[in-house]
Amino acid sequence: MTEPVLSVRNLRVEFPVRGGVLTALNDVSLEIRAGEILGVVGESGAGKSMTGLAVQSLLEPPGRIAGGEVILNGRRIDHLSETEMQKIRGREIGAIFQDPLTSLNPLFTVGAQLSETIRLHLDMSKREAKSRAVELLKQVGIPAPEERVNHYPHQFSGGMRQRVVIALALAANPKLIIADEPTTALDVSIQAQIIALLRRLCDDLGTAVMLVTHDMGVIAEAADRVAVMYAGRLAEIGPVREVLSNPSHPYTRGLMGSIPALGARVKMLRQIDGSMPRLNAIPQGCAFNPRCQVSGPRCFQDRPDLFPAGQGQAACWHVQGGVQ
Amino acid sequence: MLVFLIKRLSNAALVMLAVSLMAFTIFRFVGDPVELMVNEQTTEAQRAELRERMGLNDPVLVQFASFVGKAVQGDFGISYRNQTDVMSLIGERFPATMELVLLATIISLVVGLPLGVITAIHRGKWFTESIQFASIIGVSLPSFVIGILLILAFSVNLGWLPAFGRGQVVDFGFWSTGLLTKSGLLALILPSVALSFYQITLVMRLVRAEMLEVLRSDFVKFARARGVPAHRLYYRHALRNCLMPVVTMTAMNIGSLIAFALVTETVFQWPGMGLLFIQAVTFVDIPVMAAYLVIVSFIFVTLNTLVDIAYALIDPRLRNATH
Repeated sequence: MTEPVLSVRNLRVEFPVRGGVLTALNDVSLEIRAGEILGVVGESGAGKSMTGLAVQSLLEPPGRIAGGEVILNGRRIDHLSETEMQKIRGREIGAIFQDPLTSLNPLFTVGAQLSETIRLHLDMSKREAKSRAVELLKQVGIPAPEERVNHYPHQFSGGMRQRVVIALALAANPKLIIADEPTTALDVSIQAQIIALLRRLCDDLGTAVMLVTHDMGVIAEAADRVAVMYAGRLAEIGPVREVLSNPSHPYTRGLMGSIPALGARVKMLRQIDGSMPRLNAIPQGCAFNPRCQVSGPRCFQDRPDLFPAGQGQAACWHVQGGVQ
Repeated sequence: MLVFLIKRLSNAALVMLAVSLMAFTIFRFVGDPVELMVNEQTTEAQRAELRERMGLNDPVLVQFASFVGKAVQGDFGISYRNQTDVMSLIGERFPATMELVLLATIISLVVGLPLGVITAIHRGKWFTESIQFASIIGVSLPSFVIGILLILAFSVNLGWLPAFGRGQVVDFGFWSTGLLTKSGLLALILPSVALSFYQITLVMRLVRAEMLEVLRSDFVKFARARGVPAHRLYYRHALRNCLMPVVTMTAMNIGSLIAFALVTETVFQWPGMGLLFIQAVTFVDIPVMAAYLVIVSFIFVTLNTLVDIAYALIDPRLRNATH
């Protein structure tokens, strides 16, 4: 097997606050290979965006990586200086943000922003950068790119702007793209187009993608593997088909159960009772235990590690060892 | 863009018309102009003749029309006090004020913009806190106090800079400048620094507040995620998005600086319009006051129009606006 593009090992992110330290990410390990889309799902605050930000060293202070390793293309990057990270951001890691309406600078043409990114990372003349900008816009499916390159962000629709954002992420041919909720701010028909575009670019260019989302539909459509996060930890990780159709972790089962299906005749959607614990009140043992319907005494004592489950892994005593 | 320009210009013309109506009203109805011009020995016949010659017997509308017509050509009549053409009086003084105000504005931008950016970036560090603290002093000290302190320090104690006047000036027909001689430049330093003190503080605090806002925005975070280096992020992406309110405030302030430079001009005995205006008020020199009113509002209106055009240049989203 080839070496993964990104490999995160036992990542721990902490936020020092008054009267203690909050652990936002705890023992997160995952890998993404070239041409693969890893979906990262979870509720708000589960740590899915945090994982993406930590990989890019974009954590808001006072947040910091307190342990573990981030290895990109065989090189450890979690301890690099800000100047060194600048060369990696955009060059080796492309980013896609949630809201295309606000992620572009309103005062510069999309061409200027593309050229800026291109010339920051690749040794190109202004003219070469401009023609690459046009090429990129074409690649992400923007019609009349020669003309559009001189337009300002406000002259594009939301979906088109997200395509521009994707073009910006691709500008320097990064091996990894971190897409944080790339479709959440778009309407459904545009969502499908953007997902298809990501899938196509991933296949054509062999780019690895970390797709952060809370939308199981997007995961089902786009991802190869999926990581389910809960309270700053991985609950389950594995091939998307396996996790979606045969989830091992009770939380994943709960998530799957709460998706409305057109075919199924159900009166009420199943929901997971309660809410995710706050970071300063994570219970002993398995973090999911207060909401779990199949928990046993052990779940309140010991925290389960990720155990092999089918083709993936799940952090649940039901998978290995039993709950008694 | 053209429609936008025409609308803005006709707005400006309307405002100017309203202002000249006020100036005319002051001129015509605050005291009897004839009474103000003559002395006790003037006979009734001479007064009537003067009244006729000045057109004061014509219908008010005709008088207003001729006032506007003359004002457009720069003719505001004769100063009561000096018996000279008002426009040439103002023409002598205007360049002095203009140079003072422009230099003060440039100083306030050159110092205020970087200070604002720096205090926004390094929020909470000891040197930004001290700059912030010093800026409060800048706002609270009135400009004449600053002027007097500056004179005390640099003219009286150190003897480096002149305390009053404009120094030697060079004439270019309608414009006399102090920028080309050494004494003129030296004389300009203290008053423009005194005048810019308050402006520096304003610019700095405004830029700081705007920067803090913009630095939180998504596009700055996204630019960082694209690998844009910090200084480029701050000075190219963020600062430009802060400029709109700065442009507005600066332009408005140029107007008020011209109008209110009189305090500084008095302290430094600067031969500008402010000093002229004070003398005009003292002697109830109505034509000078009326002309001053019209000219200052003309500058305000011009600046306002320029600001609108500058908006469109800074922000592409406003270029097609039709309001």
